[in-house]
Amino acid sequence: MALLEISGLTQNFGGLCALSDFSIRFNGDELTGLIGPNGAGKTTVFNLTSGFYTPSAGDIRFKGRSIVGLRPHQITGMGVARTFQNIRLWNDMSVLDNIRISQHYSMGYSLWDALMRTAVHGRGEQRIDRTAMEILESLNLSHYAAELPRNLPYGIQRKVEIARALSIKPSLLLLDEPAAGLNSADIQGLIQLIQWIHDTFDIAIWMIEHQMAVVMKLCSWIKVIDFGVTIAEGTPGEIQNNPDVIKAYLGDDTI
Amino acid sequence: MQRLSIPLMLTLLFSALIAASQTGLIDLYIQSVIMFIGINIILSSSLNIVNGYMGEFACGHAAFMAIGAYVASILNVWLFTKDKFFGSPLLPPEMAIYCFPLVLMAGGTVAAFAGMLVAIPSFKTRGDYLAIITIAANFIVTSTIINMSAIGGARGFMGMKKIVFAMEDVVDLPWMLIWVIIGTVFSVWLIRRYVSSTYGKGIIAIHQDEIAAEIMGVNTNRMKLTAFMISSGLAGLAGALFAHILGYINPGSFGILKSTECLVMVYLGGMGSLSGSVISAILFTLLLEGLRFVIPWIDAGLHWLNLIPDAYEISQVWKWVIIPLILVLLMQFRPEGIMGNKELSDIFPRLRKWYQFK
Repeated sequence: MALLEISGLTQNFGGLCALSDFSIRFNGDELTGLIGPNGAGKTTVFNLTSGFYTPSAGDIRFKGRSIVGLRPHQITGMGVARTFQNIRLWNDMSVLDNIRISQHYSMGYSLWDALMRTAVHGRGEQRIDRTAMEILESLNLSHYAAELPRNLPYGIQRKVEIARALSIKPSLLLLDEPAAGLNSADIQGLIQLIQWIHDTFDIAIWMIEHQMAVVMKLCSWIKVIDFGVTIAEGTPGEIQNNPDVIKAYLGDDTI
Repeated sequence: MQRLSIPLMLTLLFSALIAASQTGLIDLYIQSVIMFIGINIILSSSLNIVNGYMGEFACGHAAFMAIGAYVASILNVWLFTKDKFFGSPLLPPEMAIYCFPLVLMAGGTVAAFAGMLVAIPSFKTRGDYLAIITIAANFIVTSTIINMSAIGGARGFMGMKKIVFAMEDVVDLPWMLIWVIIGTVFSVWLIRRYVSSTYGKGIIAIHQDEIAAEIMGVNTNRMKLTAFMISSGLAGLAGALFAHILGYINPGSFGILKSTECLVMVYLGGMGSLSGSVISAILFTLLLEGLRFVIPWIDAGLHWLNLIPDAYEISQVWKWVIIPLILVLLMQFRPEGIMGNKELSDIFPRLRKWYQFK
């Protein structure tokens, strides 16, 4: 059974076709890239996969079950985590709280337990604290636990957002332009981090990225879309030499 | 010992207040001021759940207060007193003392369910639009009551004093003072537990970034529903207590002006600060009462200085100029309110030893 199977995914916004007939399949531990020029519909794919939009047509199956029409928090609960192109941390609460709140789907206690402070609530909170500290330690972020994200450098904020996504123990991690806005030193760190996450947690990672260095280095399979249409897919070597891809990025030389 | 310090202090304060009012050390006026402080603490801290922690802009808090007030009053009058509409009492009036907390709970519960009236639109609507919905809810509730002649309509509803007297006949204690203090402590206790658990912090995540909250696994609809229901349920409790203190209620006292008072208290105290809400409710009530005395002094002073004509009198209406003016100045110079989103323990770290605020 495939982990994620998207078939014939189409999304129209009014008369605009943002994505047409998109298909992809993840078996379990791939590291796949999704590239394309600006406005190609890459983030739309992620928004559809994480349940933020409902597709106009097509099907998304995760772990064998169709997730079309589910609310985003339900899809997250099933094991799809994502980060955002522009970092979306909760800026007025500590890094630790950011990660604790992301455990909402697996709290294991109800409102009644929270108000009455039952034993179930105590155990739930302990588990949440433990998970949060574990994930911060494994990414070397534990000394930032009490800081507010807004006060952290941009590179660290990215890392915290990735930590927050990992804390829900996903089986599929969607990274939306993780290298956007990072300097070259940070990008090297990011490449190592993503490789390490992929090796350590044994999860499928699907990333949108504009930095070719990152995509070519990390991804074993790349899919290219332009104006919502899949124009190429293959290994990094194949993509680099594909005339359609070059044309999409650099334009046609016939005037 | 330190863990028990707050309950111990509250019990001491509680007994001191009861003793003082029993012996006549504090008169009825001061008692009523204390009770209104309690009511206002419940109102401001409960509205703070929605407007402060969750970052919505609900301006119809008085609607839920009205529902709580009417439900509790009608239940009590129907069950325990002889009323020209409801007929003879169903239960002996001596039972009122035991059933009173149940009636308060009933008022709160009905108000909590009425809270769904705004909670369900809030799933899709935010900001200004939700504000309009809450104002509309406020008008729906008050005009429904005005048009129900069975419960007095615009003339209002009374008979709750008889309940208080019936309770005092059984055991001679200042029962309303007791229940207001219990209600206030209960509300603050409940809200603190709610917002300090990971469950409740979900609403703070909604405030800061709703999309991120939904994507990171927070069931935003359920969180909004519980937040609105707790908030309006506690407002209903405040209303139920309010009705029994005054002994008379009419729809006019639960209009948009009352809702505005609640808003002023929340923003005066600071959004997302429970201790701020408590402090601002105390300050606001004392200010309102203080102006009762201060306005005649200002009047006399200005007359003495011949600054205003003899025929003109500075009346109590000026209260409604002074209070909005305070709000304007507050927004100008300290828009985050007295406490911002901090708790007392953030400002005085030593308090942390005694009490964990967050």
